[in-house]
Formats: sequence, C-alpha cells, structure tokens
Amino acid sequence: MYKYDEIDQQLVDERVAQYRDQVRRYLAGELSDEEFRPLRLQNGLYIQRHAPMLRIAVPYGMLSSKQLHKLADITTHYDRGYGHFSTRQNLQINWPKLESTPDILAELATVQMHAIQTSGNCIRNITTDQFAGIAPDEVIDPRAMAEVLRQWSTFHPEFALLPRKFKIAVSGTKQDRAIVQAHDIGMEFYLDDDNKVAIKVWVGGGLGRTPILGSVIREHLEWQHALTYCEAIIRVYNLHGRRDNAFKARIKILVKALGIDEFKNQVEAEWLHLKGNPNTITEDELNRVAKHFDTMPYEKLAAQDANFDAAVASNPAFAAWAKRSLHAHKELGYRAVTLSLKPHGKAPGDATSEQMHVVADLAEKFSFGELRVSHEQNLILADVKLSDLLSVWEIARANGLATPNIGLLTDIICCPGGDFCSLANAKSIPIAEAIQMQFDNLDYLHDIGDIELNISGCMNACGHHHVGHIGILGVDKDGSEWYQVTIGGKQGNDASIGTVIGPSFAAEEMPSVVQKLIDVYVKERTPEELFIETVRRLGVAPFKAHVYAKNEATA
Amino acid sequence: MSHLIQLKNGAAVLSNNEWITVQLPASHVEERKQAGKVVLFKLTGEQTFTPEQIEGTLIPPSGKVLVPLSVFIARQTALAPRIEKGEIGVWLDTHEVLETLHAALLDLNKLPMIAVHVERFADGRIFSLGTLLRTRYGFKNQLRAFGDVLRDQLFFLKRSGFDSYIVRADRSAEEAIASLNDFTKPYQGAVDIAKPAFVRYNRV
Repeated sequence: MYKYDEIDQQLVDERVAQYRDQVRRYLAGELSDEEFRPLRLQNGLYIQRHAPMLRIAVPYGMLSSKQLHKLADITTHYDRGYGHFSTRQNLQINWPKLESTPDILAELATVQMHAIQTSGNCIRNITTDQFAGIAPDEVIDPRAMAEVLRQWSTFHPEFALLPRKFKIAVSGTKQDRAIVQAHDIGMEFYLDDDNKVAIKVWVGGGLGRTPILGSVIREHLEWQHALTYCEAIIRVYNLHGRRDNAFKARIKILVKALGIDEFKNQVEAEWLHLKGNPNTITEDELNRVAKHFDTMPYEKLAAQDANFDAAVASNPAFAAWAKRSLHAHKELGYRAVTLSLKPHGKAPGDATSEQMHVVADLAEKFSFGELRVSHEQNLILADVKLSDLLSVWEIARANGLATPNIGLLTDIICCPGGDFCSLANAKSIPIAEAIQMQFDNLDYLHDIGDIELNISGCMNACGHHHVGHIGILGVDKDGSEWYQVTIGGKQGNDASIGTVIGPSFAAEEMPSVVQKLIDVYVKERTPEELFIETVRRLGVAPFKAHVYAKNEATA
Repeated sequence: MSHLIQLKNGAAVLSNNEWITVQLPASHVEERKQAGKVVLFKLTGEQTFTPEQIEGTLIPPSGKVLVPLSVFIARQTALAPRIEKGEIGVWLDTHEVLETLHAALLDLNKLPMIAVHVERFADGRIFSLGTLLRTRYGFKNQLRAFGDVLRDQLFFLKRSGFDSYIVRADRSAEEAIASLNDFTKPYQGAVDIAKPAFVRYNRV
C-alpha cells in the first residue's frame, strides 16, 4: 500500500500543528463555536449527542497491521475500547475528549494516518472497491489513481470551502462494487479501443435527502486528465452551486437544475482552459504511486488445497463460513476473506480494540500485513492462502469475527443512528440488532440467500438505505421515532433507488415487517431467484399487500 | 493596529490601507439564488442595485478608491481619467460574475487593485474568483480579500492568488500572518505555485 515520503509526512505533521493551534484558540475563546465548526469538521470532529465524534480517514479503505494496531490503541486510550467502521470506509470513535483530539491526530500521524477532510464541505475520502488489486474481474487497479486523487484533493485551495460535501469514488471493474453512481463524481477506469487506460465519469449522484444516480458526463477521459477534469467540474459547482440552503447545496441539485447537457457544456468550456495544466498527471507520477500497489510476493500455488477441501467436507461450521466469507482471487490458491463485523445482536460495523488487534495480527501473519475496510462495514484480508484459511477461521471465530452471514440478511449496513449521532431522527442500531435476532438462524439465512438490508437513522443516508434491497429510514413524526421501508434499491452497475412501500412503522414492528417481506419472497420466488430479482419482477404491490394486510385488519 | 496584510515579494507585512472602499447606499434588497445561476432581483424583479443606488453612491473625488462593480460599470466613462491615473480599483461580491467586469474593461491590469468581498467565512467562491482572475484574466496587480476574513482562510487565499488581506477588525492581523505558512509543500498546483509536488520534487 502507499507509504509516505517526507512530503506526505510533513503535510500531515503540519496539519496536526495547525489543528492543535485551532483547538487552543477555540478553548481560549478566540474562535466562536460557529467559527471553529468548519475547522474542526475538516479534521473529522463532530460535536455529538454524548461527546465529540472523531472520524479517522482510511483512504480508499486500505490499512496496514501497524495502523490497525494504532487505531486499537487509540480506542483504548482515548475512547471506550471500540470503534465504528463506516460506509465510507473510515473509522469513527464516539467518545474522545475535544482537548485530546490534537494528541489523537498526532498519534495517527506517527502511522501515516490523519482525519483530514473526513467531514465538512470539502472533497472527502476517496473510496473504492474493497477487492481492488486482487479481484479476478478487475481491469484496472484503481488504487494508484485513488492515491493521486487523495493527494490532489488534500488542502486543495480552490475547493477548501465548497457549497457542501463532495464525495468521489473510483472503480476498475466491470461489476461496480464502489457504488460510483451514488457519488458526486464517480470514475470507472477501463481499457479503451487502443488498449489505453480511460475513465468513464459520472457526476451528480448521491443518496441523502434527494437520492439520485449520477449522470454520465464523459464516456471517455484519458487518465492523464483526471485531476484537471475534476477541477473543471468542481469549479463550476463551487461557483454556481447553491449556498443558501444546505439541503439543496449538493452538486446533484445543480446538475438537475441545469440538466446534464448544460452542466456538461459548462464543465467542458471550463476544462478547455484547464486541460494540460501542470496538474495533468504524468506517467512518472502514476508509476511512482502505482509501485506502492505492486502485486504481493505470492507463492506459486495449486488451484486446490487438499487440507482446505477436507476441512470443508468434514466441518460444517467452517464450510458455512467459507461459503459466505471467501471471495475469488486473481492468484491461484489464494482467497480474499471477509471478517464479519455483523455478529447478531451487536452494532453493525463496530469492532473492539481487542478485535482490532486480532485482525491486525491475522493480517500480519496471513495476509502480507495489510487489510481493507469495505463500505459494507466489514474487514477484509485480501491475500490468504487456501491452506491458511482454517487457522484464520479458528482465530476469527474465537474472537467473534466469523459470523457466516456475509451478503446475507443480517450483514446489515447501518449508521450509528440516534444512539450517537446528533443529526439522526431515530435510532438505527437497535433496529439492526432486533432484525438480526429475528433471523438468528443460519440455515434460514442461507436459504433466503443474498440480500442487502441497509438502515439509516435520517435522510442523510449514511446507511445507504436507498440502495438496499430492503432499506430502512428513521423518520421523526411529532417527536417520536418511526421507520420508513423501501424495497428494490440496488448497488452495482444496474443500481436503482428503492421504492417506499407505504406508511412508516414503529420500532417494535420492524422485525416482523422484514419477516413479512421475506415471507412474500420465499413464497413467490422462482428457483435461483434472489430477493431483489423477485422484487424487480413482481414490483412492490404483493409485498406491500402482505406487510399492511394484518395492520389493517387489527387497526 | 492595521488589519491589512500584504504579500510583498513573498513576504507578509502589516501595511496601512491607502484605499478607500466605496459602499453603495443601503436599500431594501432581496437576493434570490438558484442553483446554476445567480439571480439578483428585488421582489419586484429588478436588479439588486437600483439605478438610484448606483447613482447615489458617493465616490471620493480624489485618492485611491475601490468602487463596487456595478457602480464601476455605470460610471466607467466618468471615471476614465482617474482610471488612467491608477486611482480606481474595483471590488465585487462573491456571487458577482467576472465576465461582467471583463466585458466592461478588457485589460484588467488598468486596475491597480481588484478586491473580493466575502460575507461569510464558509463562502469558498472567493477562491475560484481569485484563481480565475489570475489564470484566466491575467490580472497581475494587487488582489485583495476583505469581509469575513480570518486567519484560517489565509493559506488558501494566498494559494488562490490573493496577496492582500484585510483581517476582520476584531482579530489580530499580526497573529494571523503565521497561518499564511501553515503548510510548506502543498501537493497540488495552484495560482501561487503552479506545479504540483510531483513535478517540483523528485519523489521516489
């Protein structure tokens, strides 16, 4: 993975010094709450329900063992012994003291980490596919470009105070796993007819209050121009995006107001001036960064491993885990492993300090000292030999990291919700836990098959509820918490935004509502049909009818 | 104590402000903005600044004055002799459009100063305006930021081409100077340092 040189390190160190002084000025009363707000936000610090929340950047989801050990230590010393991995591949800690945050950032800097631009109205963490670099279907490893984008966007002076937050996702596979269409800018890298790396660019996607999938602004962009083209897009947005209403300030509103054709015309006109400027990426720079993502020193292995096959055959628990948690690898005899942060009845995406140490050790011992965070809020060991999988499983299982539910109903994507977040309208974690307990039967879960259930505690949609096959949104009605249900959302190339099935529900109804949706699916499905496919075939009506039938009868 | 910081040959110094900033007389103005365009009109649909306002703006008869963009455009002919003498600068708000200024005066370098007024700290349009003035319109003279200017904008303002900053009156400009150098080796090319780090340094 990318390792800092002295330029990277100096910037991060200077950021710590700058932030330390900002906190000093705030505590000394030289900065008002309102003035300190944009400054702390651009360092990932929110003032939350109970305490500040600090969001630590995990650029495009990549972590080293050393970094994860440090994160574990930070959660032990400055927090309550756990952290929350977010849908943007970052780590959030919920109980730091404001006064300690400069020290936390200083500690992060010792392992080449930071919290720069993890919040605020600026370009946020660049996200990508958690299987980047190892997926068999990958065309281009997007991580080098993600790093180039990270550096370019860090303290970009022109875009330091945008109308609203700005999220960029990159992907290098045909099957999109980075939801590029749900980002302010989405970039898909591919090989063009001349076998050169090119980029398909989407703009104006996003979830939140107004969920919209992005529009294609350019089918073909040579990779050298990635930064200048982004500059053109973001300049048009910076100058013309709305600033009078935070709910209408995202680029998607501007794109919609102008129409994609007019927006594209403005961007292209701007780009004529920017194209070829010094921020044009050079071959040397891409190569320099790409070297950090060279393929691992893999062993030459056979496609099969007799011991692994024997363990699968003789150990049903291991077999169940292997079925859900292993992912194809471009290298023979290797697998990517998802460690589930979704044990039933626990907050999705949370990991204790002990678990972080365990995962860091696993990565060190079995996966070249690196791991990834997925936007589904799990941790991934990307390069494990087949012959090591049994050992990995045993250690993971002993530490609550091997729930065999990856991609199943209880692998819930969930924001911190009203328990922690001051923006939330409703709690989300207890809903996730209650649903997990309702479906706490692995055979049944496997029978239901692949399905994505996403929960957000408010319309900011940190839990990506719009693109969940089942989406649950916390809403506030007269001061009490209600839950609106959508079905038919989907991430990927054929992404779609879910449809609301009807009036919202009380918290205690939610497990049975999900149960009824599943019942309709199980009854109506054709062999081999997944939940989302049944929804797309039948539409919302039969689901709606069943979910509300009993309510009406008893009302 | 002066609140004006100026960059002179790259060094920041506290200076006395020789320029008088001309304000339009007050008016009951509603401003409405839509995404994609800035629509300035009163509830009756007229432009923000009425002809009366523009007409009623008092410009000191001598000395260096910064004139609001709308007034500059309206009185350009009358101001011509003073423009020639280098006594006239122009200031604009962040929602105003540079094309308007450029259409009125093709050679912006006839103005010794252009200033941008930022009403709120969080309004980052000022950075694009500075960048455009320097890179698109080739403006070489003094470029000033004033309004809600606090020390934590200074680094970005400098990188966006501003070399003159009036720090908000309740803050120390002297202390703010330090923030112009918050970061030593920025990554991306911008107005002040056009080349990105990957071109400037031999990174391995």
